[in-house]
Amino acid sequence: MKTDQTPSRERADLLKEAERLIERTPRRLFLTGAVSLGGLAMLTGCSPSAEPRTERFLRAVSRWNDRVQAGLFDPTRLAPTYPESMITRPFPFNAFYKEDRVPHVDGTDYRLEVSGLVADRHRWSLEELRALPQTSQVTRHICVEGWSAIGKWGGVRFRTFLERIGADLTASFIGFKCSDGYHTSIDMPTALHPQTLLTLTYDGEVLPPRYGFPMKLRMPTKLGYKNPKHITAIYVTNTNPGGYWEDLGYNWFGGS
Amino acid sequence: MSTVQKPVWLRLTHWLNAVAIVVLTLSGWRIYNASPFFDFSFDRDYTLGGWLGGALLWHFAAMWLLGASFAIYLLANLVGGRLWRQFLPVSPAAVVSDLVAALSGRLVHDDSGRYNAVQKLAYLGVMVLSVLAIASGLVLWKSVQFPLLRTLLGGYDNARVVHFLAMAGFVAFFAVHVVMVALVPKSLLPMIRGR
Repeated sequence: MKTDQTPSRERADLLKEAERLIERTPRRLFLTGAVSLGGLAMLTGCSPSAEPRTERFLRAVSRWNDRVQAGLFDPTRLAPTYPESMITRPFPFNAFYKEDRVPHVDGTDYRLEVSGLVADRHRWSLEELRALPQTSQVTRHICVEGWSAIGKWGGVRFRTFLERIGADLTASFIGFKCSDGYHTSIDMPTALHPQTLLTLTYDGEVLPPRYGFPMKLRMPTKLGYKNPKHITAIYVTNTNPGGYWEDLGYNWFGGS
Repeated sequence: MSTVQKPVWLRLTHWLNAVAIVVLTLSGWRIYNASPFFDFSFDRDYTLGGWLGGALLWHFAAMWLLGASFAIYLLANLVGGRLWRQFLPVSPAAVVSDLVAALSGRLVHDDSGRYNAVQKLAYLGVMVLSVLAIASGLVLWKSVQFPLLRTLLGGYDNARVVHFLAMAGFVAFFAVHVVMVALVPKSLLPMIRGR
């Protein structure tokens, strides 16, 4: 696997390839990135020029994995819950930016936008959301990076909310837009799962900005990046809206 | 043909398993680096995928290759009775005596179609590793959907360690396996052309 065993002519070719790759869009570079090109070429038995095709293939497999996961998903199977004594303290902050960039949303004039395949498009204030039936759960948040942490989230069952807005529950997707520029989307069966909560609190307190004030969708059946924070808009659709990380290459279903 | 030691299904699954395990290991190292639980990370130059998302794409593609190829390998071994003929019985005494013979250079390799006790143990071991890697991988991929497996493997975090140790076992097997083939090159040909 040593790159310095690569014959010099091959290495010159690889350097040329590397220069060409650098000129391409950053998105295309993502499979090689910092990987030694020699190592990749030896592994695949072909030069990295075939890489966009490889990327297309891998993304096709990822879409197939979405379908497999949708098939494996049991809408009645619950994620494990834990006693409050097992809550991870402090619960880690995680986002695609540093903690000092966390958006500070003003709760008083906040209104949640609702659109798409819904009967009632009125914009929800925090007071109205807090007036809906509330529940809470202690569950494990699993990050795509591999670490996990146990936290306690409270709020409205998302199914209850979707019923209140008269959402078309036969639609395929729910999309989310967030005040930090994040966006993601989920499948309807997960949206209707009993543990999927539109959370307004963390550990009994109003959801703090670092955990997603004013609102985070919490799904213990999905990886962290599928759980949007600082939600400003929710829309019901039959066209897959993708997502911030998903468009870069993370698996769309992202379920656990 | 009686001279065929390695049927086509065996050669095919052997090489597909090899490719799958190399891809899974190198992409797995990159995934591990995103959140290491031991006091080290893998050198990025020897990982596959470039970034976490790329490594995950490779990993979740190669897992199907390993799953399918290993399932065929195991089924064919079971159905044809090859598992019992070639790998069992394997006694600790035979393993020790063959190991001593191998280390002192006295082990004979007349027939590369018959395995010595150390080989039997190693090949059975790598089958067990595959089962462990797949089971712990399922827990990491879909921990909510496989509650029994999750409990058997001691929970999500423990499954990460089991998955890692299975990888370490594969790497150790791979290293010894390749050295052995280099020492006894005539054992390579049957795995390519069958004889």
